[in-house]
Amino acid sequence: MRVALFVTCVNDTLYPRTGRAVVSLLERLGVEVAFPQAQSCCGQPHFNTGYRHETEPLVRRFDAAFREYEYVVTPSGSCAAMVRDNYPRIGAKAAAEGRGRALAEAAARSVPKTYELTEFLVDVLGVTDVGAYFPHTVTYHPTCHGLRVLGLRDRPRRLLEHVKGLELRELPGAEECCGFGGTFAVKNAAVSAAMGADKAGHIEGTGAEAVCTVDNSCLMHIGGTLARRGSGIRPVHLAEILAATEEEPYA
Amino acid sequence: MSGTYLGMPAFPKAAREAVHDQTLRGNLRHATRTIRDKRARAVAELEDWPALRAAGRAVKDRTLRHLDRYLVQLEEAVTAAGGIVHWAADADEANRIVTHLVKATGESEVVKVKSMATQEIGLNEALEAEGIRAYETDLAELIVQLGEDRPSHILVPAIHRNRGEIRDIFARTMGEWGRPAPDGLTDSPAELAEAARLHLREKFLRAKVGISGANFMVAETGTLVVVESEGNGRMCLTLPETLISVVGIEKVVPTWQDLEVFLQLLPRSSTAERMNPYTSTWTGTTDGDGPQTFHLVLLDNGRTDTLADEVGRQALRCIRCSACLNVCPVYERAGGHAYGSVYPGPIGAILSPQLRGTQTEIDASLPYASSLCGACYEVCPVAIDIPEVLVHLRERVVEGGEVTRRGVRVTLKPAKGHAAERAAMRAARWTLDHPGALRAGQRLAARTRRVHPQRLPGPGRAWSDTRALPEVPEESFRHWWQRTRGGAR
Repeated sequence: MRVALFVTCVNDTLYPRTGRAVVSLLERLGVEVAFPQAQSCCGQPHFNTGYRHETEPLVRRFDAAFREYEYVVTPSGSCAAMVRDNYPRIGAKAAAEGRGRALAEAAARSVPKTYELTEFLVDVLGVTDVGAYFPHTVTYHPTCHGLRVLGLRDRPRRLLEHVKGLELRELPGAEECCGFGGTFAVKNAAVSAAMGADKAGHIEGTGAEAVCTVDNSCLMHIGGTLARRGSGIRPVHLAEILAATEEEPYA
Repeated sequence: MSGTYLGMPAFPKAAREAVHDQTLRGNLRHATRTIRDKRARAVAELEDWPALRAAGRAVKDRTLRHLDRYLVQLEEAVTAAGGIVHWAADADEANRIVTHLVKATGESEVVKVKSMATQEIGLNEALEAEGIRAYETDLAELIVQLGEDRPSHILVPAIHRNRGEIRDIFARTMGEWGRPAPDGLTDSPAELAEAARLHLREKFLRAKVGISGANFMVAETGTLVVVESEGNGRMCLTLPETLISVVGIEKVVPTWQDLEVFLQLLPRSSTAERMNPYTSTWTGTTDGDGPQTFHLVLLDNGRTDTLADEVGRQALRCIRCSACLNVCPVYERAGGHAYGSVYPGPIGAILSPQLRGTQTEIDASLPYASSLCGACYEVCPVAIDIPEVLVHLRERVVEGGEVTRRGVRVTLKPAKGHAAERAAMRAARWTLDHPGALRAGQRLAARTRRVHPQRLPGPGRAWSDTRALPEVPEESFRHWWQRTRGGAR
């Protein structure tokens, strides 16, 4: 099984711990992980802000970087959704504009092999108990693109429920957007902040020590909001919880 | 008489003001969450909801693909049943037609059924300019009209008002429009409804002309359909001598069998009812029963141009149920007025910039009035992929491109005010497409991490005013990989 990690630009630059956690988790499960250095960004910030043509080189780059791999695993629901949902659209539009089928073919190669981490664990590896240990109270926020575009459903939850020592706290209004939304967070800062404040309030209400998601971009907004409110609740990516064990606990 | 949307500021500015209005936030939170939960229960009752939704989408798509044929079929059927059909290319033409028809009756007042199409074209204002007074008879539209306000929701136009505010509006203004509110009116819903009932009853009994829209038009028989909860619509549709209906051309459905699908989808999605209390249908005129003169004004007003766009055309499937508004976290906090259109919320954010174009500040900002969370798409009974259309329209704003305007293909220039963003996007793309440059940038950020500010100046304040900045790590993931795994891939 040739598995490549698509770490994403946000994790690469700001949250390398999450990338390292994915590597250690997958290796613990017997998966050999490669990290193609040619990878960078899925293009989501550009595409979702309206710059489709600026996205195209990044679609080609993704395809080229991962071409020789059977599986591409990424610790981000929204980046996986970008590849699976939007790459085909970008390819189709380029073809409709009379610029050939190359982008559409790049998209067609990328879509079936791209998996969000919890999909890869549950659907491909067939595991829900990954032998993790995390002796803390945790609440889980299902991020929108994982929830609605990928349809992750209860996969993250099932993984969390098998973590030794972890106590899962229900998050009220869990399925409501946290207000991040990429450039939305700055273009419509007031509404984004109001949504973030409501989400933070709900998280605080659970009394959990940590809030976890499958997307560090949303977590950057949620965690940043919690920190400004003086809350001690820690934002943690799901991969870091699953990577923690009794021998090598989360630090 | 009523407020105007002209000269509205861009969405972020209007929304920022709304977010800080605590009364408005409270009213909207309460109302949208109540309807949201009820809708979810009403939809969950039907096991075949996904199939019904797929059918709704398919029927609309098929109808829109052959709209030319169905509209002509409708015109023939309405004419054969004694109605008179008029075609209006835009708002001005529709307003001229209706004004002329009302004047021809010699009347100077009309009663109105709740109608989005007539709000869209600003009919009340056009009539007033010609000395004709239009009385809104839907309870919520009445509240909006009496309050010299603007509707903020498709289904519940006065959703931004609480009952205390409604009491004050009734007590203060009903007398100027007709029968005053009873002395000592309280804010109990029953008393408010009774005050509206008494006030409206004299209008129904006096009016000689009624004006409506329609939820659906059945092409095979020329039948128009209005669904409503109050019965006030039925009063307007049956009591006057003349009925004028202004209806968007996308409201046609081929057959009664097609209509059946929407009569299941619409009430559950909009009011969370299994069936709406009043479904009025009429076919032309009937001797001795109901209005003896019936005019149908078919309204284009940007719809044909919207239909020409392969991605954007799905917005024309909309049956105006409002489920997307009620579930939208942005609508809940920004309120309907911030959208600067009679069509607020997610559907408004894709409909207004298509019907009106993206030239104005407000229309160019609407495609960005969303976090792309996808809740709207999930609840839409005709499966309009609103996030897809939003992103498509964002591209139209920042990159320009080909659009159809009044039937002619034109090439739009990118909207103004995006130059800095465009340059930043281009630079970011260049860096991300050159991993060497990306690596160098990450290293520079790591080396300077001790001196990074806690709060950003200028535009960066939009982030750091309410959110701490993430700390830049000592090394990026790719540096760690290289350091620990060497050149291994």
